[in-house]
Amino acid sequence: MRQNSLQQRLGLNTLRFFVLLVLLFLGIILWEVFSKGSGVINSGFLFDYPRKGMTLGGIFPTIMGTIFVTLVTTIFAIPMGIATAIYLSEYANDNGINRLIRASIRNLAGVPSIIYGLFGVAVFVQGMGLGSSVLSSGLTLGLLTLPYIITTTEEALKNVPHSYREGALALGATKWEAIWTNVLPSAVSGIVTGSILGLSRAAGETAPILFTGVAFYLRYLPGSVYDSFMAMPYHLYILSTQHHAIEEVRPLAYGTALVLLSLVFVLNIIAFIIRYRYRNFNKARI
Amino acid sequence: MQKRHFIDIAIKWLFFGAAATSVMVLLGIFGMLLFNGVKAFAHISLAEFFFSSNWNPSAYGKPSYGILAMLTSTFLVTLGAMLLAVPLGVGAATYLAQVATEKTRLILKPVIELLAAIPSVVVGFIGIVMVGPFIAKVFGLSNGLTALNGAILLAVMSLPTIITVAEDAIRSVPNSFKEASYSLGANQWTTLIKVVLPAAYSGIIAAIILGMGRAIGETMTVLMATGNALAMPRGFFDPVRTMTATIAIELGEVPYGTTHYYSLFAVGALLFLISLVVNLLAENLAGRYRYKL
Repeated sequence: MRQNSLQQRLGLNTLRFFVLLVLLFLGIILWEVFSKGSGVINSGFLFDYPRKGMTLGGIFPTIMGTIFVTLVTTIFAIPMGIATAIYLSEYANDNGINRLIRASIRNLAGVPSIIYGLFGVAVFVQGMGLGSSVLSSGLTLGLLTLPYIITTTEEALKNVPHSYREGALALGATKWEAIWTNVLPSAVSGIVTGSILGLSRAAGETAPILFTGVAFYLRYLPGSVYDSFMAMPYHLYILSTQHHAIEEVRPLAYGTALVLLSLVFVLNIIAFIIRYRYRNFNKARI
Repeated sequence: MQKRHFIDIAIKWLFFGAAATSVMVLLGIFGMLLFNGVKAFAHISLAEFFFSSNWNPSAYGKPSYGILAMLTSTFLVTLGAMLLAVPLGVGAATYLAQVATEKTRLILKPVIELLAAIPSVVVGFIGIVMVGPFIAKVFGLSNGLTALNGAILLAVMSLPTIITVAEDAIRSVPNSFKEASYSLGANQWTTLIKVVLPAAYSGIIAAIILGMGRAIGETMTVLMATGNALAMPRGFFDPVRTMTATIAIELGEVPYGTTHYYSLFAVGALLFLISLVVNLLAENLAGRYRYKL
């Protein structure tokens, strides 16, 4: 008996220790980036071009590039993703083909991002002749995000009770009217959360843009979607591995990592707040 | 016909068009990989591709296309990552699902999701500036950019996946299982080890497989932090170059339409197949732990 309770104390404390270790990993990463990166962050870092072979100056074009390419991703992936999810969840029959389609989409959400890079090179850059451009990269990231947005949107739609649809249909609404007035308003928080998380993932990705449009250094912002661009994740990659004076530019690399991490975290926290607030809101309604 | 009925039908077809396009494009990815990958085997024998560890596509005269060394590297790094992440992840998931109070759980879950949100290039950077030098110092190596470095970083990256999926599985074990165990006089720990975890077994395996998939497919972290040496690794202290890193390194320089170009697609197709198997396996297993009472 006594041995059992000793075992229990030991066991539960080990589990506790494991959780603390996981939190510690997160803490170490954040501390490393924030403590060493915050020193270089000022308005010059955020709003200047890199100077002197990227050893001085800021990261303005990389921030704009990331925003620009994420915008293209948004325009492509979000309407397509939501429309596909609405079709699959509200219109499509539950037959073998549609189940197979759903399974393949779920699987595509787990495909390595470099594979999307390969596809982007073969199809957008070379096949369609879009070249190394914001458009090629944006579409490649869009494809990467698409399965994620479809799955999260479907999930959100599935959580809307059937009675919501039936109520509207019983009052003579068409199917679309029922979806528009009753289903979508209840699912919107889930859809928005999923979309934001998908985009935050796309904004931080490097592998898919590596060969589809990102540039080492540019003196101008992209003037159209057919130009190549600089991006924060790639900038961090070259500053930490490809630059000719790696030690010298280390503070700039920390600064870039900090800005990138902040952008991604802000998006995640916004998504979390939306989910949290709407959860309470939906509870109150039912 | 009324205008609103016309709108209804038009919208249905609009959605159908969008769905058909997405599905075709997404399935097209697989088709394209296979199509381009197969072309590589016009000039490379299957035996050389899978069983030779000599990868030197740009050699003058006699290029070689053996992926055995990078395949081994991928599995070595993944194995190391799993050795670290599985006990940690499953342990943390058990704690969150069964031991922690509801309030602690609600706070910790989003925090762990934040770990998943860290871009892989930032994790790779941490590997270069922190974990790598640390390994070099502890083990007296001249360079810390080794398989071990990659394994540690990939462990951190696959933890959120393992924790989230395993926690879900462990929480779904019906309370009646636990109550039966308690009523027989077992304490909380014995109940966890002998009843709850075995009942959630297939879901936990699914979580581990998904975490593994994440580690196998990760590109930027291994590209930055494992040293990228093209030789057959002898252990965790050797620098390695994985399949993903090879694609990332060589795709930029390779001329379009050459055997080398297609061979990278063949590597990509193999990666795709591995991730497909991983996902299908996990999905199949995860479906099994749902208890219907």
